[in-house]
Amino acid sequence: MGRKGIETLVGGFVLLGLVGLVFLALQAANLGASGGGATYQVQARFDNIGGLKPRAPVRVAGVTVGRVKSIGVDPATFQGIVMLDIEKAYNFPKDTAAKILTSGLLGDQYIGLEPGGDDANLAAGDTIAQTQSAVVLENLIGQFLTSRADTAGTAGTAASGAKP
Amino acid sequence: MNPLDRLQRLGAFALEHFRGWGHAAYFFFDLLRVLPQSLRRFGLIVDQIYAIGNRSLIIICASGLAVGFVLALQMYYALVTFGATETMGLIVNLALVRELGPVVAALLFAGRAGTSLTAEIGLMKAGEQISAMELMAIDPRARVLAPRFIGGIISLPILAILFSAVGIIGAWIVAVLLIGVDSGNFWSIMQTRVDVLRDVGNGIVKAFVFGIICTVVALYQGYETEATPEGVAYATTRTVVISSLWVLGMDFVLTALMFSTP
Repeated sequence: MGRKGIETLVGGFVLLGLVGLVFLALQAANLGASGGGATYQVQARFDNIGGLKPRAPVRVAGVTVGRVKSIGVDPATFQGIVMLDIEKAYNFPKDTAAKILTSGLLGDQYIGLEPGGDDANLAAGDTIAQTQSAVVLENLIGQFLTSRADTAGTAGTAASGAKP
Repeated sequence: MNPLDRLQRLGAFALEHFRGWGHAAYFFFDLLRVLPQSLRRFGLIVDQIYAIGNRSLIIICASGLAVGFVLALQMYYALVTFGATETMGLIVNLALVRELGPVVAALLFAGRAGTSLTAEIGLMKAGEQISAMELMAIDPRARVLAPRFIGGIISLPILAILFSAVGIIGAWIVAVLLIGVDSGNFWSIMQTRVDVLRDVGNGIVKAFVFGIICTVVALYQGYETEATPEGVAYATTRTVVISSLWVLGMDFVLTALMFSTP
């Protein structure tokens, strides 16, 4: 095989590798979804962020409109500060609420935005005022158990009060 | 034989072993030293990429397809009890791109390209071609060894990527076409959960490291072999064994470094 033949084949080999890499990156990984256009940053403070991770989606009505950029802690108030990147195409009213929800029963957590009715829109650098923290399963179980204990206790005293 | 003699033999064996490792490390640094020289003769490198990379395409792609088929099938049987068959694509993807792609491609590479490199260099040494080059004031390391080294470290990442890609396509064939898992879910769950830099990128870094290991071991074994047919045969088997052990050991170390936090 001549010089040109070998070089063509090696070129084909490298090209095949690049095509494979592009396939892996776009079809089989998250490059296609995320690199989409300009975003503006907004802040939200939560008492408990639960299992929220960076790059978690920000959704409105179930549609992804942005990503969580970073998560930090305010050293003064000990609240979690979540920085959100929202796509420039979407504008939300200033009194939008942010909640931490779970996709499915045991899935990943994401931020759900519920738009308010204010005329002014959120600008870059604004803070979302109304937030609802993540549901912590242990607290929920604790509440359930104490409420069961309360109802059992009042039923018992009512019964013993009614008897004599 | 008295115990003191045995102890002495053990010590001599260990020291010889360490001397071998040091010699191999010195060989590696010498290769790096002549790299710029050999980069000027790019035609040699292209020839080597053809011999090492192109020629390994068939075995890599066939193995990738087979591994993809088998992974999809096994994951289906495991996941169908939980009703979680949609995550099959994700599991196969992560298994291939993070681990199996680089490691299996490296093992196949050591078996196919590594042995051919060792045998070629060993026979050059046995046929005194290396000495003839030295007599003509051509540095054999720059002329013969360094192009093969560069060819190896370029080829193995490409082969690992192709292994993973063909494996995912194989898993798709089994999962979507044969078993009937939903195609949209298959791709979209992968697309949300697999990170390009963290998973695919780290896999490529691993493949690059394995490429260095396999190529250097193959070249060293070929260069240091006894100049006899038995010596060459012994050297080729040593190449495969040593490359495989190093690849698997480094795989553990690299996985622990790269993927220790979720």
